[in-house]
Formats: sequence, structure tokens, C-alpha cells
Amino acid sequence: MTNISRRKLIQTGLAAGAFLATTNCSANNQTSTPTASTGTGPTIITNKIKDVTLRFIGTGVAQINEIKEQAEKDLGFKLQLRALSTEENNQIAITQPGQYDMFDGEYFSLPLVVPSGNLQAIDVKRIKEFGKIVPFFTTGKFYEGAPVNTSQGTSPSKVMYLKDKDSKEFSATPTDWATLIPFQYNADTLGYRPDLTGGKIQSWAELFDPKFKGKTALLDIPSIGIMDAAMVLEASGMMKFGDKGNMTKEELDKVIEMLIQKKKEGQFRAFWKSFDESVNLMSSGEVVLQSMWSPAVTAVKAKGLKCVYGPLKEGYRGWGGGVGISKNLSGINLDAAYEYLNWLLDGWVGGFLGRQGYYSAIPDNAKKFMKPEEADFWYEGKPAAIDIIDPFGKKIESKGAVRDGGSFKERLGNVVCWNSVMKEQTYLIQKWNEFIAA
Amino acid sequence: MLKNWRTLQPYLLVAPQTIVLLLFLVIPILTIVAVSFWEFNGYSMTPGFTLSNYQAIFASKVYLTTYLNTFKFVGLVWFFTILIAYPVAYFLAFHVKTLRWQVILFLVCTIPFLTSNIIRMISWIPFLGREGVINKSLMALHFTDKPVEMFLFSDFAVVLAMVHLYVLFMIGPIFNSMMRIDRMLVSAAEDAGASAFQIQKEVILPLSSSGIAIGTIFIVTLVMGEFATVRLMSGGQSSSIGYLIKNQIGSLQYPLAAANAVILLIITLMLVFAILRVVDIRKEL
Repeated sequence: MTNISRRKLIQTGLAAGAFLATTNCSANNQTSTPTASTGTGPTIITNKIKDVTLRFIGTGVAQINEIKEQAEKDLGFKLQLRALSTEENNQIAITQPGQYDMFDGEYFSLPLVVPSGNLQAIDVKRIKEFGKIVPFFTTGKFYEGAPVNTSQGTSPSKVMYLKDKDSKEFSATPTDWATLIPFQYNADTLGYRPDLTGGKIQSWAELFDPKFKGKTALLDIPSIGIMDAAMVLEASGMMKFGDKGNMTKEELDKVIEMLIQKKKEGQFRAFWKSFDESVNLMSSGEVVLQSMWSPAVTAVKAKGLKCVYGPLKEGYRGWGGGVGISKNLSGINLDAAYEYLNWLLDGWVGGFLGRQGYYSAIPDNAKKFMKPEEADFWYEGKPAAIDIIDPFGKKIESKGAVRDGGSFKERLGNVVCWNSVMKEQTYLIQKWNEFIAA
Repeated sequence: MLKNWRTLQPYLLVAPQTIVLLLFLVIPILTIVAVSFWEFNGYSMTPGFTLSNYQAIFASKVYLTTYLNTFKFVGLVWFFTILIAYPVAYFLAFHVKTLRWQVILFLVCTIPFLTSNIIRMISWIPFLGREGVINKSLMALHFTDKPVEMFLFSDFAVVLAMVHLYVLFMIGPIFNSMMRIDRMLVSAAEDAGASAFQIQKEVILPLSSSGIAIGTIFIVTLVMGEFATVRLMSGGQSSSIGYLIKNQIGSLQYPLAAANAVILLIITLMLVFAILRVVDIRKEL
């Protein structure tokens, strides 16, 4: 404490300010997992790795106590979790590298995070089962003829590799240096209440259908909301895009202009920013059709309401998340980090998240930790042979139910665009603000 | 030696406060000002000196409309809080005769404020919604056959929630200044034949103006920086400067957000100074 430099003070001040700002902003975030360390007394140290504590930052999905406990049991060292929103997660990853050892983030955050140099390249030779990871992460190809092979946006394979160990540039072709090790991903689409829409929703275009005037909602996170809007505009034939994941200024101008027009006409009931908001909008009947995330649909269903995560004819918007290593790790801590990454692919996490509807990077490993009936339901799109229970013990589907959208192959194969960071990101935010202010 | 100590004493006494203010107010604000001139390339910021952040703000119509929208909220919230706070404070100060009951009733006013801001705000949502309490009752009473949609996710909802959240900041100062009005003045005015309205206009209103001014400062500064209420109650349909800044921070555009924050700070300070010019709070205290 003796030699705090002025610079340090400013940094701390900034950090405190940012912390206050972000905590205020996120007052209604989805999950805040308590991260109190388990208070076991001193144990006999047989191996130095037991002294290691890896500090994680990540989005709510995987910053869960159950995962931490299992990892600590299997690996022998300690984890410290911190659940944040995607935005906060990026902010801390970029501006406060000293705050974390492991970055649990989304692939589309990488064009923002990697240039900061705060992550170190992952040596894929040290990841035992790297070769078994589903190929659209590693090569960009899934199966012959799958729409995902030519998907737009920041697809994970585009930001999967770095040119070299110390490079801050992405490599389009596989190298030995990876950015993140994937462990969770999904295909997003529109959710709707079939009892209130009066029928099946089959196209993204229906979000702008006058029939649902004042009863639709859009996601208010610019990078994701713009993609959903683009899907709608393209589906309705109002616009064509070169690359939805990397729009030009003219395209952005036009998208926002049309969104403003729809807003003025009263098409939208609301814009949501957090998971729980979307659940409330849907379950209260304020909104009958909206952009949604998969666990939000499950949450609406858990309230006894009908809610469909519609497979739409134009395809899905995909996202993927993985874990990366902070540049600060070395020696035994780095060894622990690699052990964790290998454990991550080993299947327990995949099984745990799989029972909430997320997919695992190595599905075969995940299935080992699921009941065969569960794997059939979640991955194969077969009717549930038993009641489907989520990892927290809550029943979410009855016997006989079929997963919306079908099997893993059908859903992920039909991803046509990914969550993105565009070249015109600054301009996008500026235009999005115009839309919200209009 | 002793004399030295004596001269040092006042400095030592103010030192803790000064250090706290320097660390947590002055330095952060200076940092924000500095960052607002930094360069930003869409992904990261680099120290430097550029006016482009400010130029972007003044060149864009969005900021103007958003400021106008924010001012609209300030104006409406201010008007309704005064409308509610003045009679409430007057009742407490002049109609409740014993100090004990005045204190008790004032504490009653603060009870809703024992819960968190967010909870008080969110609790309006099931009340105002399409299937909410109000709409259900209106429909049951056959005032309307279709739910009224403007109750929720509208400017109406935003103003309603903000008035609810902030009205105490108006009641407190007005009550305080009314309590210190010499009751003899009211009697004297009555004796001189003033009507009830004249007493309000000539005696009580001018003498409670410092309270109104302080309350106004609270409301203006609170509402100018608002973003959570605006977002939640308008369902993201409406914007405020605070929300715009939050969006920019969320997408890591710190220099732009900083420039916006500096402008917001300047405008808010100008409003506060304007209020202080109209009412000399210090004299009234």
C-alpha cells in the first residue's frame, strides 16, 4: 500500500466509477451467482496446484455455482466466478486485465477483446480433444450443404485462431493458436405465444406483420438487435444485404430508417435488454412475438404458458461462447487453466448445460453425462420418452414433447448469421441511439 | 511550536474531506474530461486530443431530440412533484398542530422509500399493463372494452414512476422551509384582512421558495441523469441522455460517452446556477 502512484489512483478511481455505473445499470440482470468461497479449513497440501485459484469473468449462462463445485471436486483447485452481462464482461476483459484469469465470453466479443492483448493464445496441442470439437468452430464447415457453412456475421471459425502465439490478428485458416475453447452455443430465433398469435409463425417477416401491431418486441442490444432486424427486413423482401454481419453505412441507414418507421407506426410494444424482461413481456401477454433467447422460452413455459421457439424458414441467428486465458497466467496457474479447459470439454459441463438446451462443443462427450432419453430429446429432436427435468430439478417438458426446431443438426445447420461486431460498429451504435430516441 | 500546531489545525481538520472529494469527485471528473478528448477508432481508445467526439454530438440531430426529451421529463416531473409536494408540506406544517404528529406523518411519507428504487418502479408494471390491475378494473366497470395501452411503456408511465420515485425530495425541503415560517406573520396577514389565497401568495409561497428551489435542484439533477426508469417504464421506447450514455459505455465507446457526460454536467450545472440566481438559498437558510 505504500507506493500508490497517481496513475494507479486514477485507474482505481476509474474502476470504481465504472463499477458503480455498471452495477447500477445491471440492477435487473438475469443471474447474479453468489461467489463466496467455500470455507473449508486448511487441507494437507499434496500438490501445489491445489493452491491455485482461477478467477473467472463471464456471462450468466455458465457462471453457476454447480459448475464451480463440480470443477473444484474434479480438478482439485479453486475457482472464483463472477456473473456479468455481455457488455460488462467485455468492458472488464478490455479495461481491467488484472481482474480475471479466465475469460468466459462470446465469440463475437473477440474483435473487441483480442486487440487489447489481454488474452493469451491457447496452444491447441495442449487441448487433448481439440480435434473432436464440432467442425463449424474449427473449420467453419458442419456437414455437406448445411446453410451454416456459408453463414454471415462473426462466425466463431473466423475468430477461432490467431496468426501466431503473440499475434493480435485472427487467422482465417487453422493454426496451433486458438482464442477461446468453445463450450456452449445455440441457435436463436423468434419466440411466440401460439395461444395469442392465433397460429404458427413461420417467417421472421411476421415480426413486422400489421396483425401483431403493438404486440411485438425487439432486443435492445445494438449488435444483436440489428441482426434480428436485418433478418426481418430480408425475410419480408424490404431489403437485401451484402453481409448482414458487416453492413455498410448505407445499409445501416436504411435499416434504421425502416425500424424508426415501424416504431412510429406502433409496431413494437417494447424493447428489452435483459433476459428477465423478455420473460415478463411474454408471460404477461404484453407481447406475443419477439426476439428471444432459448432459456427465456423455457422460463415462460415453466409458468405453465404455451411458448414456441419457432423454427423459421429463413434460418437462425447463432451465437457461441468459450473460455480464454488471461495474458497474466503462467507456470502452475497456466497449467491449471489448461486442465480446466480440458475438463470443460470432457462432458460434465456439456451434460449440465445440455439439459438447459445449450449445445456442447463435443456433443458425444456431453451425452455421456445425460440420460439417453435426455440426449434424444435435446440433441436428436426425438419426442421425450420421459419428463424433461432441467439441471436444477425443475420439470420443463412433459413426456412426449418435441424440442422446437428439432435436432442439433437441423437447428445449428440452419444458422444463417452469427452475432457480430461490424466494421461500422461506432456508426451502428450512433444509428441505434437514433432509433431508440425517435 | 505550539503556534505552528495552531495554524496547522484547520488544515488538518479539512484534510480528510478534501482528500475524499479530490479522490472521488475531482479526479474522476477530470479523468472524464480528459477521456472525452481521446481518439476512438471503433474498437479501442487512444490518448490524444481530438474534438471529433464533441463535433459528433453537436452535428447530430439525435442529441438535440434526446435533450429535448430529457427536458420534457424534467419539466413534467418538476411540475407534478410541486403540485403534490406543496399541499402535502403545507398540510404537515400548518394543519397538523403538534410537532410529534408532524414528525410521525412526515415519517409516514418516507415509508415507501424504505424499499429500493427499482422495486418501487417495477411494481408499477403489473399495475399498468395490458392485463394489469387498472385495465382489468376499467374493463370490469365498462369504461372501456379494450385495454388502454398508453398506461405502460409510454411517456406517461415514465413520468408517473419518476414522480413517485422523487416526490419526497420535493416534500422534504418545502416542509423544512415552511416549518421555519414565523406563525405570527400568518396571523398578522389575517388581521390585516388578507384572504387565504393572498396569504399563500404573499406570505407562505415567498417564504418557502428556498425549499422549492432546493427541491427543484434535487429533481433537476436526478431526472437529468435518469436512465433506468426511462428504459424500464418506456419499455425502451423513449430515450434520455443518461440512457444514451449508458448505451455508449455498453459498447465501449468511452470517449463519446465521456464527451456526452461532460456536456450533460455543464447543462445540469447551468440549470442549477440559474435556479440559484432566482432564489438565494443561502440568505433563506
